Amino acid sequence: MSHITPEQLSEDAKKLIVDYLSKIDELKTKDRMKIPAQEMPAQDPEIRSHNLDEVALGYTVEQARIEAMRCLQCVKKNCVEDCPVKIDIPRFIDHIAHGDMGNAAGVIKEASLLPAICGRVCPQETQCQSNCTVGKALKDVDKSVAIGRLERFVADWERATGKISIPEIKPATGKKVAVVGSGPAGLVVAADCRREGHHVTIFEAFHKLGGVLRYGIPEFRLPNDIIDKEIEVLKAMGVEFQTNFVVGRTRKLTDLMDKDGYNAVFVGTGAGLPMFMGIEGENLVGVFSANEYLTRANLMRAFEKGKADTPIYPSKNVAVLGGGNVAMDSARMAKRLGAENVYVVYRRTEVEMPARKEEVEHAKEEGIEFYFLQNAKRIIGGENGKVKAMECLRYELGEPDSSGRRRPVVIPNSEFILDVDTVIVAIGNSSNPLISQTTPQINVNKWGNIIVDETQKTSVDKIFAGGDIVLGAATVILAMGEGRRAAASINKMLADDIEKEKKSVN
Amino acid sequence: MSKILFKKQLSNDVFMMRLHAPLIAEERAAGQFIILQINDDYGERIPLTIADADTKEGSITIIFQVVGKTTLQLSEKNVGDVIPALVGPLGKPTHIENFGTVVCVGGGIGVAPLHPIAQALKKAGNHVITIIGARNKDLIILEEEMKAIADEFILCTDDGSYGRKALVTEPLKEICERSPKPNMVIAIGPPIMMKFCSETTRPYEVFTQVSLNTIMVDGTGMCGGCRVNVGKEIKFVCVDGPEFDGHKVDFDNMMSRLNSYKELEREAHSCFLEQEIKNKEALQ
Repeated sequence: MSHITPEQLSEDAKKLIVDYLSKIDELKTKDRMKIPAQEMPAQDPEIRSHNLDEVALGYTVEQARIEAMRCLQCVKKNCVEDCPVKIDIPRFIDHIAHGDMGNAAGVIKEASLLPAICGRVCPQETQCQSNCTVGKALKDVDKSVAIGRLERFVADWERATGKISIPEIKPATGKKVAVVGSGPAGLVVAADCRREGHHVTIFEAFHKLGGVLRYGIPEFRLPNDIIDKEIEVLKAMGVEFQTNFVVGRTRKLTDLMDKDGYNAVFVGTGAGLPMFMGIEGENLVGVFSANEYLTRANLMRAFEKGKADTPIYPSKNVAVLGGGNVAMDSARMAKRLGAENVYVVYRRTEVEMPARKEEVEHAKEEGIEFYFLQNAKRIIGGENGKVKAMECLRYELGEPDSSGRRRPVVIPNSEFILDVDTVIVAIGNSSNPLISQTTPQINVNKWGNIIVDETQKTSVDKIFAGGDIVLGAATVILAMGEGRRAAASINKMLADDIEKEKKSVN
Repeated sequence: MSKILFKKQLSNDVFMMRLHAPLIAEERAAGQFIILQINDDYGERIPLTIADADTKEGSITIIFQVVGKTTLQLSEKNVGDVIPALVGPLGKPTHIENFGTVVCVGGGIGVAPLHPIAQALKKAGNHVITIIGARNKDLIILEEEMKAIADEFILCTDDGSYGRKALVTEPLKEICERSPKPNMVIAIGPPIMMKFCSETTRPYEVFTQVSLNTIMVDGTGMCGGCRVNVGKEIKFVCVDGPEFDGHKVDFDNMMSRLNSYKELEREAHSCFLEQEIKNKEALQ
């Protein structure tokens, strides 16, 4: 796919829209199907692979309105079905088509608190856009209405106008909710519980807020000021934040309730210990978990050489193991940090890669090389215990496994050597052991993930959990969905408590 | 945020500070550490062991050696200055019980984390033998404090400028040869010293616990930068440690990992020093 300049895309949209605006309310399905899908304007790949600025620049108003007119306003809303937080998608899109961005924002906010973030990082092609009628009719999921881009457009429009509304807060209930972790799940819980009038404190282990949104997802995909803005809204709502606070260590989780008077706790501590392959050479100098690599670059600002005190390993040839979003982020970050050659080594094929399609495309445009049906066998060390090369094996696809994906099968004697000095392992995380180590009464499964019921409640009264600590490595939107459900349960529990207290007084 | 309440220079490049941190003071136990940052935008996160705590004052004591840019900047802070980010206590506390006879071996700055452990072991009823050592007399810290706890106290320097002229492994070997042999050894100090202490006790089959100070970023079990080979397993120092069986730790791999950023750090340190000198010259 060749890169079309943002100026060109904008020009084309300006010309195109004149025609459609005159007949906006007379457009038939047939007409709508003919409207060209709007491409996302992006920074030039040559330039962006050396900076940390956001790659996708967002639709212009004209592009957004044209894209919105592609929506058929189906009666049966497949897209809403497939949205984890059930945004009324056709309704907000119709507002965009009519140029009413304020109301579009209102519709999204009914269901989603963080649209600027979701619009950027949700895997739309496997959710809302996967069963879009337009995409189905055109037999190409890439031709579905670009719901995610439209969501982002509305959120960005709202932020640019400075008209971000602070949700209404109900009168103070006197109840206190502790939220452990300031990632996507925690932020949603905090907002939803605060709206009900409860006092909410978020405890964050790091010195900066946002959890994985900050330390994990690079700024070229999700700029920090977007996270900051969302957190400002929470602060304006009266949510309190405590950074540098490790619940379990700085304070026992149960002490938050027993000593500090919190009436409910939500545990959203996120992903934990990075997984490694268990192969020879994995502890050599130059082998990193994606978590470490990205945290150094994002949270610790190692990208800003000369300013940041946290060093990042100087690399020339980098292999990234894995095929998810974290692998894409690591590969693209390595490129931006100056690596000459970056290889994504994945043991299945492109079809099975769990990464967002747009990220894979962007990575390719930036010169990342993909080695499909290959995997690391061992990492070879050289001088001073440093990585010198990686021995790989070739694979072919066999029968489908339990996940429904065809299982990769190793081809015997297919070993070959890849010349690399850095290996980034991005094959997922197991659970964070801190809460289970320090709060043994909370039940966890054999992988250490916290076990919850359908209301997100743990085995301990008044303690709820959600996000990656429950799901294992998942997505931002799924974490938000769990947060929403947990908050509803907490709010209900506290409302019942208040009711009981009233009765006992009477 | 944490205010510096007290500062003392213990030797040429070793400093002691008491920091206001009431919650950490209350929760901490021997063997645990904190992570701090001098600047919470661009600063690096450095792990330091908690040498002591005072719940009344709401303070913790840290003892650190100037080895790089951050520790140098920290050493230049004064009473009343604020550390913008301080988090802890991290790591698993040391398991304390009455083991019988325990040899506590501290090398250089390693005496700082050893002190609260020796104290707790003594309190639990152990016969505590203490060996502290350093390259020279200037680098010996907490001599009086360690002496006060110890049932037997041995001090040695590599160059013989103070105490016995020996490496700590020499008296350690002698003690292992006693009958009965000690029940346990705790060795804390530079990696090379912990490695050789472990090698010294191995033939005597005396359980030897070491406390590792590896590279860390988050310190809460997320980044994996602190991983070490212990036996056949990969362990994470921040959540599985910092204490491990010294006979199982792959020290050579750990030492090469500790040197991952040596060249970059040397550069940063010298750039920073040059700038400091320029600043000072500009003032004069």
